[in-house]
Amino acid sequence: MSSVSASAAPAPIRGTARFTRPATLTVYRWELRKLVSQKRTYLGLGLAMILPLIFVVVQSLRTRQDRGGENIFASQITHSGLATPVLMLLFLSVFMLPLIAALVAGDIVAAEDGNGTLKTILTRSVDRGQLFAAKALAAMTYATIAVFAAAVVATAAGVAAWGFNSVTTYSGTVVSASEGLLLVFASNASYLIPLLAVASLGVLLSTVTRNSAAAVVGTVGITILLFIIGQIPGLEGIRPYLLTEQYENWHGLLRTPTDWAPIAHSAWVCALYGVPALIAGYLVFLRRDVAGG
Amino acid sequence: MLGTRATEDAAGGGEVPPVRARGLVKRYKEVLAVDHVDLNVQTGDVYGFLGPNGAGKTTTLRMALGLITPTEDIVELFGRDPMREGAHALEGVAGFVEAPRFYPYLTGRKNLELLAALDGADAKERIDEVLELVELAPRAAHRVGGFSHGMRQRLGIAAALLRRPRLLILDEPATGLDPAGMRDMRALIRRLADEGITVLLSSHQLPEVQDLCDRVAIVDRGRVVYEGALADLRRQGGAGYRLRTTDDVRALQIAREQRGIDFAAAGEHGLAFQAEEADVGGLSLALGAAGIGVLALTPELATLEDLFFRLTENDGAGEAEQPPPALAAPPTADERLVKAP
Ligand SMILES: Nc1ncnc2c1ncn2[C@@H]1O[C@H](COP(=O)(O)OP(=O)(O)OP(=O)(O)O)[C@@H](O)[C@H]1O
Ligand SMILES: [Mg+2]
Repeated sequence: MSSVSASAAPAPIRGTARFTRPATLTVYRWELRKLVSQKRTYLGLGLAMILPLIFVVVQSLRTRQDRGGENIFASQITHSGLATPVLMLLFLSVFMLPLIAALVAGDIVAAEDGNGTLKTILTRSVDRGQLFAAKALAAMTYATIAVFAAAVVATAAGVAAWGFNSVTTYSGTVVSASEGLLLVFASNASYLIPLLAVASLGVLLSTVTRNSAAAVVGTVGITILLFIIGQIPGLEGIRPYLLTEQYENWHGLLRTPTDWAPIAHSAWVCALYGVPALIAGYLVFLRRDVAGG
Repeated sequence: MLGTRATEDAAGGGEVPPVRARGLVKRYKEVLAVDHVDLNVQTGDVYGFLGPNGAGKTTTLRMALGLITPTEDIVELFGRDPMREGAHALEGVAGFVEAPRFYPYLTGRKNLELLAALDGADAKERIDEVLELVELAPRAAHRVGGFSHGMRQRLGIAAALLRRPRLLILDEPATGLDPAGMRDMRALIRRLADEGITVLLSSHQLPEVQDLCDRVAIVDRGRVVYEGALADLRRQGGAGYRLRTTDDVRALQIAREQRGIDFAAAGEHGLAFQAEEADVGGLSLALGAAGIGVLALTPELATLEDLFFRLTENDGAGEAEQPPPALAAPPTADERLVKAP
């Protein structure tokens, strides 16, 4: 390497350049770019998109008989394509989407710790706090995209199979197709409240455990544990404060008049999980030894 | 400690030293990885940080780069503490510890683009230049996952140079390179140093240090056993003599009483002592006057390698406070193992 370009060596900057920190937005954009370049990103997104497709295909092949007591959206599945995204959100919200969110959130710090790239980027002009913020934001962005990817595929497939028709909500009210579409969007948006709290837990575990697998499994494990606690008879008193119970916060949107209470309730309950997790993760990340790789 | 002389020099200099630590400690449970290490890298130094495996070199450099928190004391880079001031303390500082790591799923160029983005300023405009400099331009469009060790090492240097460093911290940069790669790496480091970049370089390759460095700290089991100019170290070890006489017992007595003769001791094959050349003449005259015949008087020019082993192969702790005891008597191979009083 000594043989080339003798003139190309850097000059010392003594006293010339002023210290510039990159914008956190720039750091965030590169976090997204890393996600885009990794295979595991598409594993989660693929799952989120393939399940609604399978659902629609199976449902359209099956001859349906109405069963009493089944979910109101299940009973009108062939009447309106808009019932599909609601049902899919109901199914995916309990396990699949938290898993997909955890897949990236649990990996986002730990993977870089394990392969040593964390030390590479922490010896640049970026502050640890900025990097943590960018990573947490990227993990949440991914969770958001997964939710809406599933919703878009479910809506498109449902509408393609059964038409863009009016739909009956939980309160028995018939809403127009376009209003139904808006409700589907709003439901998914409100489901993000608990899901982003799950992602925050994932980022915390990713920071603390320094091990992707442990962080992903740990995050999913916590949600399963909370879910089980919610099923234990006698513990009904704490149920409203369980993160997993907030997965259904959007049901109030599918009523007339709209019941905002569950969403408001879930907002502060989820904040109680997510905010301390992020603060703890941030504080750990600021001081933590980076000796991996 | 032996580092005191350098410390005083630094105090007189007035300029903020690129790297400075006093009594740096890092403890991992029972392991004292770094045990009260002093570092004084002056502007323009090519400073060798030399020690065997597990001596604490990487751990010290990690603390210098703000990657791990010292148990005691801090490292200051141009007077700034990287643990407290974060990225700001790394202004004008670049380098890597252990093997440089990159995103295997991104190309060489994309990796540099990412790092340049994290550097802000004009780093991005220098990507072609640094790729050219380390001769990676033709492979820049390939994923780093397929890079050889040597290519990654060169990419590491390229990434560091993006930052226009005033201080370059390199942890065994030539490790794992083939002879040609090693030669090129050394030539590059020397050239960067010639351009005024201060270099802190860890190594366990003596030729590399001998070649490049003007000042060294030799560390062993977390402690600095020597700090100072490489030339002083050589002189210190190079002034050993071996002496065989017709009466070694009396000769030893005389040598011990003679001015300018230090660390005289009986060895397996005659005597050993340290002295300036001028004082050796005095000793031979004194021996002659006492009727003792000189059979052989040979200077022992220790190589840096010898010195390194002497400094790092002593048992126990505490030697660093005194002149390295092994230097007391240029020892034979067996004598090296004997613990000095
Ligand atoms: N993260 C860690 N946890 C526990 N012990 C550690 C850790 N990092 C280093 N050590 C210990 O600290 C000591 C110094 O290690 P270090 O890597 O600094 O040595 P080194 O001089 O760089 O060696 P080498 O020449 O092999 O690279 C060793 O005993 C090592 O086992
Ligand atoms: Mg090392």
